[in-house]
Amino acid sequence: MKEKREILKIEGMNISFKQYEGGFSKTNLDVIRDLDVTVHEGEMVAVVGSSGSGKSLLAHGILGILPYNASLGGRILYQGEELTQEKKESLRGNEIVLVPQSVAFLDPLMKIGPQIRKGKKDPESMAKLDGIFQGYHLKKEVQELYPFELSGGMNRRVLVSTAMMGEPRLVIADEPTPGLHMKMVRRVMEHFRELADKGAGVLLITHDLEQALEVADRVVVFYAGTTVEDASVSDFEREETLRHPYSKALFRAMPRNGFQFIPGTQPYAKEMPEGCPFAPRCGQCRENCRKEIPFRELRGGKVRCVNAV
Amino acid sequence: MKMGNGRIRTAVFFGAAVLLLAGITLAGFLLSREAMVTDFSRKDLAPGLPYLFGTDWLGRDMLARALTGLSMSIRLGLLAAGISSLIALGLGIASATMGRAVDSVITFIIDLVMGIPHILLLILISYACGKGFQGVVIGVSLTHWTSLARLIRGEVLQLRETGYVKMAEKLGMSRFHIAWKHMFPHLFPQFLVGLILLFPHAILHEASITFLGFGLSPEQPAIGIILSESMKYLAMGKWWLAVFPGLLLVLTVVLFDTAGESLRKLLNPGSTHD
Amino acid sequence: MRHHLLFMGKQAIRMILLLACVSIIAFFLVSVSPVDPLQANVGQAALGSMSQEQIGKLEAYWGVGTPPVQRFLSWASDFFRGDMGVSLLYRQEVSQVIGAKLSNSLWMMALAWLISGVVGFALGVLSGMREGSILDKVIKGYSLLIASTPAFWLALVLLMVFAVWLKVLPIGLSVPIGVEAGSVGFWDRIRHAVLPALTLSITGISNITLHTREKMIEIMGSDYMLFARARGEGGFGMFKNHGFRNVILPAITLQFGSISEIFGGSVLVEQIFSYPGLGQAAVTAGIGSDVPLLLGITVISAAIVFGGNLTANLLYGIVDPRIRRGGGSL
Repeated sequence: MKEKREILKIEGMNISFKQYEGGFSKTNLDVIRDLDVTVHEGEMVAVVGSSGSGKSLLAHGILGILPYNASLGGRILYQGEELTQEKKESLRGNEIVLVPQSVAFLDPLMKIGPQIRKGKKDPESMAKLDGIFQGYHLKKEVQELYPFELSGGMNRRVLVSTAMMGEPRLVIADEPTPGLHMKMVRRVMEHFRELADKGAGVLLITHDLEQALEVADRVVVFYAGTTVEDASVSDFEREETLRHPYSKALFRAMPRNGFQFIPGTQPYAKEMPEGCPFAPRCGQCRENCRKEIPFRELRGGKVRCVNAV
Repeated sequence: MKMGNGRIRTAVFFGAAVLLLAGITLAGFLLSREAMVTDFSRKDLAPGLPYLFGTDWLGRDMLARALTGLSMSIRLGLLAAGISSLIALGLGIASATMGRAVDSVITFIIDLVMGIPHILLLILISYACGKGFQGVVIGVSLTHWTSLARLIRGEVLQLRETGYVKMAEKLGMSRFHIAWKHMFPHLFPQFLVGLILLFPHAILHEASITFLGFGLSPEQPAIGIILSESMKYLAMGKWWLAVFPGLLLVLTVVLFDTAGESLRKLLNPGSTHD
Repeated sequence: MRHHLLFMGKQAIRMILLLACVSIIAFFLVSVSPVDPLQANVGQAALGSMSQEQIGKLEAYWGVGTPPVQRFLSWASDFFRGDMGVSLLYRQEVSQVIGAKLSNSLWMMALAWLISGVVGFALGVLSGMREGSILDKVIKGYSLLIASTPAFWLALVLLMVFAVWLKVLPIGLSVPIGVEAGSVGFWDRIRHAVLPALTLSITGISNITLHTREKMIEIMGSDYMLFARARGEGGFGMFKNHGFRNVILPAITLQFGSISEIFGGSVLVEQIFSYPGLGQAAVTAGIGSDVPLLLGITVISAAIVFGGNLTANLLYGIVDPRIRRGGGSL
């Protein structure tokens, strides 16, 4: 493995919400805890976790667009330097870009062209967008359409185009292929692969492990608001090379490996167990799972399990 | 930013608003005799002790008059808003459950009532009732239900799409049973808040229509009458006749608004706002 | 194009239907009134001195004895032909009275309508974009307070401050009711319109502000605003690109919907400032049992309000590309 520059390094990210419960008590809801992710230059990292586990917040935290009642803790390094809120604000949309889930994230009342150009009308931006559209085989007339007029096939390419207006070094794709059939998924994923091959770091946030394995270089497994395993794609070829019991469970749940599901559901942020969040569903749970579990190095990857070998 | 517990603060606001309103209503009720006492030895006194709001040209205590007037307005507002909200509840539910034809008729009626400026409709209804107390109550009741009816209609339409209502329908439960067991508990908080937020409008319109001379008769110390009479004395510099009763009226309306909004926040289980 | 015409046609038919219903309701209300038209309009003394023949003629004129439906039909068909009857108080054609009063009211109301629309929109947008800030709290507080203040009391306070204390503007009563519109000088008109227009604007602003604020908060919380921020947009640029075009749509409905309120407010405000407009005429007609005038004013004002709603719906179709291009219905 070649040593490449780290574009993004997240250490111990915490995201919590202030909330009222039923009556008068105010609580802090930890939705993301102790999350570690690293993305290198030219690398595509997939964060895989089931739907509704708060993965989108990871993207919003990196971009500094969390809602006002959320607070963010931990450390985010961008190209080796602390990514402060001011820095996020100056870099987002330019070096750090987000590709959203669907066209619902586009302004319904603004034409595609001006919207991607953020309202700019200078010849340079116009030419740049024309170039991007050509690259994605989108006709120039598409720029004159409103989001509701786009066809399903255009949607994805338009959304990826929004990311290309800047000089992306870090691309965050949040669940970019919901409800698409496999052929479309592959095509969309190719766009991201291209970006990575040009040297950008790509952080793919998805619930679809199979998809992630097809295009990504590394897979980070996300469970109940935290990262439980960091593995290379090749580790997913056999169950034994995986480290965390949850990753192994995901492996067994894949269609090609027998569709076996484990019982139970992810604990909700409010009812998080002490120690390992996976313990209630884990077959190898022991007494030592009830205390703080570190994210440790193991066989070239990382795992948050005291009993993994 | 703020450290205090927002929900407790909201609950305190609600309690305080309700208490104050009850106080005004009761005080006005008890002072109604006092409000009628004329005494020329103390006429046209500017505000001070012992007459905080001053006295008028007949030497009547303006504080007692204002409180009595407001008390009357509040009771009248409660009655009218109560009737109005029942109309809203009935028509809102009918609109959402009795099919398209009924729905479009009720929507049409709502547009109709909203299309005639409220004051004008109030004048017409008051005229139809031969003016007086009856006219005001009927007028305010018949003009204020529209937005609440719309809200309830929307709410019921939404509820009908929920899983448990659909399930109950599949199980063959009667319409009444579904409405009572499954819809009412969800609808009630909305209805209650809507009802309380109707009061301020009802009171403002009652005061307005009385002010114009279509409402309560001049013998009754209604707030609209007090303000209307004060107009004649404004040019003579007797500002207190209009200012203080008006401020008290504004306070009452604000209190009702506070009560309604606080209750809305308290009944909303997942509120994350301060 | 066809669906546009169809849409416009439907809207127009709906408006005509609404107007027809308004006139039926208004007519119904005045006919159930216990107020005796003869006594109220001719007077007890005058009736006593009249011959039976004259009274009979008057009764026929007022339709005493004819069934209400028939009376309504004859009134409606006259109205349809432009004959709204004769005002009893002004001793003139109702259409003439309304014409004169409306021309007085219209530009005063239009002024208040524009001011409250523009200022209310601006304040609502500012407040909604900075939800929770000091600015938002001040604007929201002001709007809530004004929304709780009766327009007529506000008018009284303004009258006291500007006319009684500062003596910079006239106490409205200086223009007697019934003075011909033409005989009032232009400056005089302006001076008399300032306070009513100001009162209407102040009260109108609060409503528009609160609703615009609500919409703006909704827009700020939308996915497309989130994405715009993720793309580095912010501040005024973001408002120009996304905020404005999204908030202007509900604002159109709001602005045209506020006509009814401005109209209602004008009734009170004109009364206090003795402004010789339509609102004052409505009160005079109501108190003086001038049934033809009251009916005329009701129908005309409802027509203006519905006209406003119709305009809003049509404008919506032009401004919103989803309707303009998509061919969807509302």
